[in-house]
Order: sequence, then structure tokens, then C-alpha cells
Amino acid sequence: MGNGYVAPAIVAVTLITVGIGFYGLRLARTTSDFLVASRAVSPTWNAAAIGGEYLSAASFLGIAGLILKHGVDVLWYPVGFAAGYLALLLFVAAPLRRSGAFTLPDFCELRLGSRRLRTLATAFVIFIGWLYLVPQLQGAGLTMATLTGSPYPLGALLVAAVVTANVALGGMRAITFVQAFQYWLKLTALAVPAIFLVLQWQADARPAVTPVEGPTFRTATTVVVEHPATLTLPDGQLRQVRPGDELTFAAGQPVPAVTGVAIDPADWLLPSTEADDQGLFTTYSLILATFLGTMGLPHVLARFYTNPDGAAARRTTLVVLALVGAFYLLPTVYGALGRIYTPHLLLTGETDAVVLLLPGAALGTGTTGRLLAALVAAGAFAAFLSTSSGLLTSVAGVISTDVLGRGSVRGFRLATVLAGSVPTVFALNVSGLEVSQVVGLAFAVAASSFCPLLVLGIWWRGLTARGAAVGVLAGGGAAAAAVLVTVLGPPLAGWPATLLAQPAAWTVPLAFTVMVAVSTATRRHVPTDVGATMLRLHAPEALR
Amino acid sequence: MVAADDRVSARTRIVLADVVRRESDSEHPRIEHPRTELAEQTRVGEALVRGLVRAQLSLALRLWLVVAVGLGGLPWLFAIAPSVGRITVLGVHLPWVLLGGLSFPFLVLVGWAYVRLAERNEQDFTDLIQRPER
Repeated sequence: MGNGYVAPAIVAVTLITVGIGFYGLRLARTTSDFLVASRAVSPTWNAAAIGGEYLSAASFLGIAGLILKHGVDVLWYPVGFAAGYLALLLFVAAPLRRSGAFTLPDFCELRLGSRRLRTLATAFVIFIGWLYLVPQLQGAGLTMATLTGSPYPLGALLVAAVVTANVALGGMRAITFVQAFQYWLKLTALAVPAIFLVLQWQADARPAVTPVEGPTFRTATTVVVEHPATLTLPDGQLRQVRPGDELTFAAGQPVPAVTGVAIDPADWLLPSTEADDQGLFTTYSLILATFLGTMGLPHVLARFYTNPDGAAARRTTLVVLALVGAFYLLPTVYGALGRIYTPHLLLTGETDAVVLLLPGAALGTGTTGRLLAALVAAGAFAAFLSTSSGLLTSVAGVISTDVLGRGSVRGFRLATVLAGSVPTVFALNVSGLEVSQVVGLAFAVAASSFCPLLVLGIWWRGLTARGAAVGVLAGGGAAAAAVLVTVLGPPLAGWPATLLAQPAAWTVPLAFTVMVAVSTATRRHVPTDVGATMLRLHAPEALR
Repeated sequence: MVAADDRVSARTRIVLADVVRRESDSEHPRIEHPRTELAEQTRVGEALVRGLVRAQLSLALRLWLVVAVGLGGLPWLFAIAPSVGRITVLGVHLPWVLLGGLSFPFLVLVGWAYVRLAERNEQDFTDLIQRPER
């Protein structure tokens, strides 16, 4: 791809991020500086920062790719990602802020006073953090490969190195301003090209998104296959293709059906029906995972501490909900227009690249098209940098305090390198998985471990340390096992595959049930200071 | 809140301060409170806190139910009545309009209602605690 604007745009975003990080390093050296600085920030800025950290590669690239491929059923991803903040608002935001906990392990120790539970929570923070980092690096590798033609591992390694160095040297973590900037950059980078794309679609006499005969190639296209697949040609013939095969299509020719992709317009356009109860299970499982998983993501929670009090935490969450919701209106536009302008992605399987390629494909290689493509690329890089920095900071923080012992700066740097290298190794080996699928699994683990712990810990006096630990092990352990089987295990089919690929619908109830049952059985061990803790969690600060 | 602080009545103020102090004391045991007062007042304080927690939880659960029915019912609705999914609004199919567009303002609206009502619950609680003793 000879787009001369892309590389400078990516370099600029990276330099600005690293640059503000270093500048911020001089300004904010200690945790207390960080807190004092953050507390001068209004809920709107704070919310933009949370949004900036939250909107990851999965949101920026993955959702549009999924919509292109699967259609209406995956609209639940953006809805769930946004609704997660509503769950956070309803059940967690204000009490968690009032608890004074900075991380999930802190909350465990504060509420239940158990060191062992703290260790368990630490293990889950690290697991979820790593699981969530993998798709970020994957997205980076994909973006670099798509835009510059470099090999996939190079992009992943490059972003991993930049982020690890940046976090280890102290950049990023303290700076609300950078994260807020990243939110607005990401929103602009999707919104501005989207306006041009819709105008172009109008100018092209509004071609149907779902023509009756299925998607067709608008221009003569040569497709290089990247994943093995079985194609069903228009005349009904089956054809096996292998990576590296080149297929040439004339303008106006229909896109052949690919296994696992909704080519049939009705499949894509309409929700799955009663006959497809596995599809329905998957949908509900996904809703549950995203709705309840957001509150358990390590990097989301840390930001809540920067609110001055519980009421501000609530207002911040509401603004986050609005900001994130506004952002999620956009990927649908890309996914739908991708059916018209980039149908070849359905064949290559690289549907995650639709956001990156659509501006060029629809608007041509003129200056406008190239500038917009560069803007999208910059936004994508902002997404990797902000989310992975936030995640890496959280994981490294937990490793340095809870695994390596009380954290010195050197310990934190060692922890950062450790925390950054493991997901990098994984990212290099799982390039075949969809970005959003891996993210969905991270949400499922968070929803089945930390969500019950937080919700019951905040609202139920009867929770005991033992109940919490056994519940986290049962629910979170089952979800984590499902993830490992899905990612590393042999391919499965039918119900076992469905139950493991979207485990939340059974692991979340399992975690809640076990937690309540074991806590009830060990009710003699309810912390004696539970009344005081409840007062602290729920009473307005003015009464303290 | 600041203005309300000024008219704090002595008695109820001690209720909460004592409970909070008791918590910090659990790390450094130091028993020097007037016991009878404390025992009685902690019970009162605890009952009040229980009331607040219950009010906030039931508010959260009620709004959660609104979302569970309003959004969570959709996959089921589309599954049992596929014809609903075929309705088009301005040329766009209803599921796309609802999920891709309207669900986000709906979530924000529910969140806004929660913030207002939760703050009102807290105000009521504060007023109750700080009500001047007659």
C-alpha cells in the first residue's frame, strides 16, 4: 500500500504519547502527585480518560470486522461493552470509590481482610490483564501488516516494545490528559472518515448494503487467501483454498460463500431465530460477559480512584457511558459499508482490517482517501497504545507490589518487562483468532471472578473470605479453563464448542451460587467489622 | 453538603464518628469509649446504614430489571417472533435501529435516572442523620 501519510501519522501519535509521558514523568513522580493532580480534574475529563483507556483495538477494529462478517447478531458486542458501564454505575462505582481501594486485590483485603484471597485476586488480575493484552498486540500486528506490508510479528513486537518501555520509564500512567486526548483522537479518527464514507455512498447512488444476490465485487479484484477455507462458488461448486492462493474476480461478480461467514443477506441482516438455540445461547452469554465483565477489568477500576468522592465517581461513570455509547455508533457504519466496498475481506478472513481499508477502498487513492486512511491508522494506534499502557500499568503494579514484594521503582520496571513479555509471546502465536473473540473471553473471565466478588462484597454482609475464594476459583477457574481450551486446545464442534467459546452464561451463575453457598456455610467467619465497612462503602462522604 | 455540616446535631454526629473510629481501632485496639452509649448508638447507626444499603440496592436492581427486560428481551423476541426483525424503519431493519442506535441513549437515560435517584437516597440519609434532635 503506497500511502505516504500513514507512517507519519502513526509515528506522530506514538511520539506525542511517549513525549507527553516523559514530560509527565518530570511533573508527576509519586503516586500522591498523581492523585492530587487527578483530583483537580473534572468528571468530564476523567470520563474521557476512562473512555480513552477503555476503547481498545477490539472496539476500534474488531467490532466493525465482526459486523462485516456476522451481521446483526454481533451488534451485541458494542451494546454490551457500553452496558458494562451501566452495571458498573448501578452496582459498583460509588461504593468502590468510597472503599478507597486502588486495585481489586486492595478491595479484597479491605473488605474481607484475607491475605490469601488477595493473592488469588492478584493471580486473576494478571491472567485477565494478559488475556486482554494479547488482542491489543494482535491488532497492532494486523494494522502494521495491512498498512505497510510488514510481517505480522513486527507490528506486534514494535507496539509491545514501545508500550513496555513507555510504562517502565514512567510515562502514561499518571497522565489523565493523555488518555483523554486518546479518546477524542479515536472518536475523530472514526467519525470524520465515516462522514466522508456516507457521503461517498450517497454519491454512488446508495448501493444496497444487502443486495438480493449477496455481496458482489464493485471493481476487478485479486484476492490473496490468508486462511484455509472452503468456498462455495455461484454455480454450487465447492473449492478448497489454501493460504497464498490467488483468486481473481471481475467487477460485478458475486462473492463466493465462505464457511463461517454470513454471506447470505438474510443471515447477515436478521437476528438468529428459534431454530438456532446455540446462536441464542451465544448471544445471551456474550451479553452477560460484557455487561458484568467491565467492572472486573483491572485497568478500568484503577481509574475510579482518581474521583474525589463517591458521587463524582457516579457522575464520571455516567459521562463515560455517554462517551463510549457515542463512539459505538460508528463501527456499525464501517461494518455495513464494508459489505459494499471491501467484500474481498470476507474471503481473506482479515475482516478486522475493514476499518483500515474502507477509506481507501471507497474514496479512492486521491489525497482525501489517503489522508482519511492515515487518520484511521493514527486512531488505531492510539487505541493500542492507550489500552495496552493502561493494562500493562495495572498488571505491572500488581506484580511489583504483590508478587515481587513492596514496590521500588526498579521493581516496578522489572515487573513491567515481565508483564509485557508474556502476552507478546502469546500474541505471536495466536494470529488466527479474531481480536474480538479473545477480548470476549477476557470479559467472560472477569465477569465470572471479580463481578460476583465486587457485587456480593459491596451489597451482602454475609460474604466470607472463604466463600469469595471458592467462588472465584469455581467461576473464574471454569471460565479460564474454557478460555485455555478454546485458544490452545483442539477444535471442537456443536454444544461443547459453544459452551466453551462463550462460557459466561454458565460460569457467572456458578460463581455467584458457589460464593453464596460457601459463605452461608462459613457464616461464623463473617468479618467482625462488616458494619463499619458497609458504612464506609455506602454513606456519603459528608457524614464521615 | 457543606452548609448541612454546619447544623450537625451533637448526638447523631457521634453515632457515625464512633462507628468509623471503631473500625480504625480494630487495627490498634484501644477501648476507651463510653460503652453503654456506644452499644446503643451503634445499633441505631447500623440500622440506618442497613436501610440506606437496602434502598440503594433495590434502586439498582429495579433499574437493572428495566435494562434486562428492555434490552435483554430483544434476542428472545427476535427468536420467537422473527417477523418483528423484518420490520423496517426508514429502510433500516428494526434490530439494527434498536441495537446499533437506540440502545445507547437508552442506557444513558437509565444511568442518568440512577444517578439522580441514588443521590436523592443519599440526601435523605444525610438529612435523617443530621436532623436536629428535639
